[in-house]
Amino acid sequence: MTRRKGMFRQVLERPLGVVVLSVLGLFYLIALFADFLSPYETSDQDLQKTYHPPTAVFWDDGGLQVQRYELADPEVMGYAKIEGEGAPIQFFARGFEYRLLGLIPMDRHLFQVEAPDRIFLLGSDETGRDNFSRLLFGSRISLSIGLVGISIIMVFGFMIGGFAGYFGGFFDSVTMRFIELVMAIPGLYLLLVLRSTFPEHLSPAQTFFLIVLILSFLAWGGTARIIRGMTLSLRNRQFVLAAEVLGQSSWKIIWKHILPNVFSYLIVAASLSIPGFILGEAALSFLGLGIQEPSASWGLMLSQAQDMKVFMLNFWWLLIPAAAIFVTVIAFNVLGDVLRDIVDPKQKFLNR
Amino acid sequence: MPDETESQSETPLLEVKDLKVHFPVYGGVFRRVVDHVRAVDGVSFKVGKGTTVGLVGESGSGKTTIGRAIVKLTHVTAGKIFYCGNEITPLNRNRFFPYRKKIQMIFQDPFNSLNPRMRVESIIGEALDIHFPGMSRSERRDRSADLLRQVGLEPRHLERYPHEFSGGQRQRIGIARALAVEPEFIVCDEPVSALDVSVQAAIVNLLQDLQQQLGLTYLFIAHDLAVVEHISDDVLVMTEGKIVEQATAREIYESPRHDYTKKLLAAVPKF
Ligand SMILES: Nc1ncnc2c1ncn2[C@@H]1O[C@H](COP(=O)(O)OP(=O)(O)OP(=O)(O)O)[C@@H](O)[C@H]1O
Ligand SMILES: [Mg+2]
Repeated sequence: MTRRKGMFRQVLERPLGVVVLSVLGLFYLIALFADFLSPYETSDQDLQKTYHPPTAVFWDDGGLQVQRYELADPEVMGYAKIEGEGAPIQFFARGFEYRLLGLIPMDRHLFQVEAPDRIFLLGSDETGRDNFSRLLFGSRISLSIGLVGISIIMVFGFMIGGFAGYFGGFFDSVTMRFIELVMAIPGLYLLLVLRSTFPEHLSPAQTFFLIVLILSFLAWGGTARIIRGMTLSLRNRQFVLAAEVLGQSSWKIIWKHILPNVFSYLIVAASLSIPGFILGEAALSFLGLGIQEPSASWGLMLSQAQDMKVFMLNFWWLLIPAAAIFVTVIAFNVLGDVLRDIVDPKQKFLNR
Repeated sequence: MPDETESQSETPLLEVKDLKVHFPVYGGVFRRVVDHVRAVDGVSFKVGKGTTVGLVGESGSGKTTIGRAIVKLTHVTAGKIFYCGNEITPLNRNRFFPYRKKIQMIFQDPFNSLNPRMRVESIIGEALDIHFPGMSRSERRDRSADLLRQVGLEPRHLERYPHEFSGGQRQRIGIARALAVEPEFIVCDEPVSALDVSVQAAIVNLLQDLQQQLGLTYLFIAHDLAVVEHISDDVLVMTEGKIVEQATAREIYESPRHDYTKKLLAAVPKF
């Protein structure tokens, strides 16, 4: 166990780690500044421009212009370019109001065009909402759910695993059997059953926390088991025995001697469960049991892309959220693997 | 060194009577108890105040288990342990707490007995925290520095982590930690077995000096007779959970009676 160099520094020494951290860093920055980067609000509709394809952008009149389109074939929502016509893109102009980072009131946006023209970098959906803006706002849910989730998992995984390992006995057997029970039931079914025990319509914040809690409930067991195993072996290390002989209380032994020695494992075990949170939220929202309108989440966007039209008429841009989920989940998986490699090179504890 | 008659008339500091410690062995599909390891099987001895009793025996003979039973790190299957004439075996955690200040232990493996994530200052400070809760931060630091000096280290070592020390230095830190609570009785569980021969003598001498300065009493565990014979007043020879010979260090050395003791003696290098 040599963790003299910070874990973060060690991640940066590995090429894969750098790639993955840059991707995730970029995603989180985008999520943080979603309101500034988005030209429209998530619920901003334009029923004249439904299923609009991504708008082209060109250079003219000394500035960037957005191509204008007309609805050429309403049957198949076919839009055609109006040659030579464009609307100038305005940078840092006023738009809808928001609070930057939730604090500073602002109404400037990175880019937009004057109504009635619209800029759809990634097309529009069935009610003419901007797919790009919704993707950015939706990333907030998908990217934060994992972080909130691992904080919960770290606390519960450590407390329960640590106590079970340290005290053993009845508490240990009961919690371990319970974890095995939870793990034995296929996650998705349990997720649905748990979700259905709560009211269907909740406020967005309530829904968010309900989802986090349900997903944490499904995921804490793995972390708790790893921590229990490590505590069990630390428990008989001589420095723990020495603390006992000194008369140190069990709580303080767990806090001062066990926690610092399992902490890096705790982080890795918890971070390996982030993809589960992202996918779980997406699954629930996809099934209409998660995030609801007018909020946006990647899962919810996908569920709205279920319409046969999307597939028949090839509105491919509505499937971009799936790509976003894919990239994020892969990135977290790789990050988890890199961390595990650093902390547990022989893969003694953190096997999946 | 107190003479024979005196140490026998007083109540001994520690007395162990017919101590048994058995560990269950689990087996079969249902992990039922199929047998017991009789780690300690009916052991009795006394340790007089200010003396050193050596406990020798091969690996697995139950030496550590006796030491652990005394400091309540393991259960006691049968038998009684008295400290200053008071039975300490049935005491619960809280009632035993005052004895935590009197009875300390030095561990076998110096690479394992210090928390790798704590500085020396916190390692020693922890002991002071528990038993001298009134100490201010600077008093605690001063006291830790004194303790380091007492075991032959320097105050500047307080800032360091265990991995920055050699085995012998770590063992000194372990000794300082035990001394921090100002104990009367110390169980030394093979304190030098893991060390280089050249370092062993220094640590044994340190323990002897401390004993003289502070009037300490030791139960000194070792697996070879040479070390024990050098430091002890009385020697207990143990094998398979039982004490097979009990005598003064000189008697053991000059006229061993039990075959097992002779075997151990034969293993001692002659100089
Ligand atoms: N917690 C335990 N559970 C089961 N068996 C144990 C336990 N602790 C010790 N034993 C067994 O008790 C016996 C005595 O062990 P102990 O550690 O006291 O020996 P020792 O004389 O200190 O040996 P060493 O010189 O190797 O330290 C051994 O057979 C050991 O396997
Ligand atoms: Mg031992």
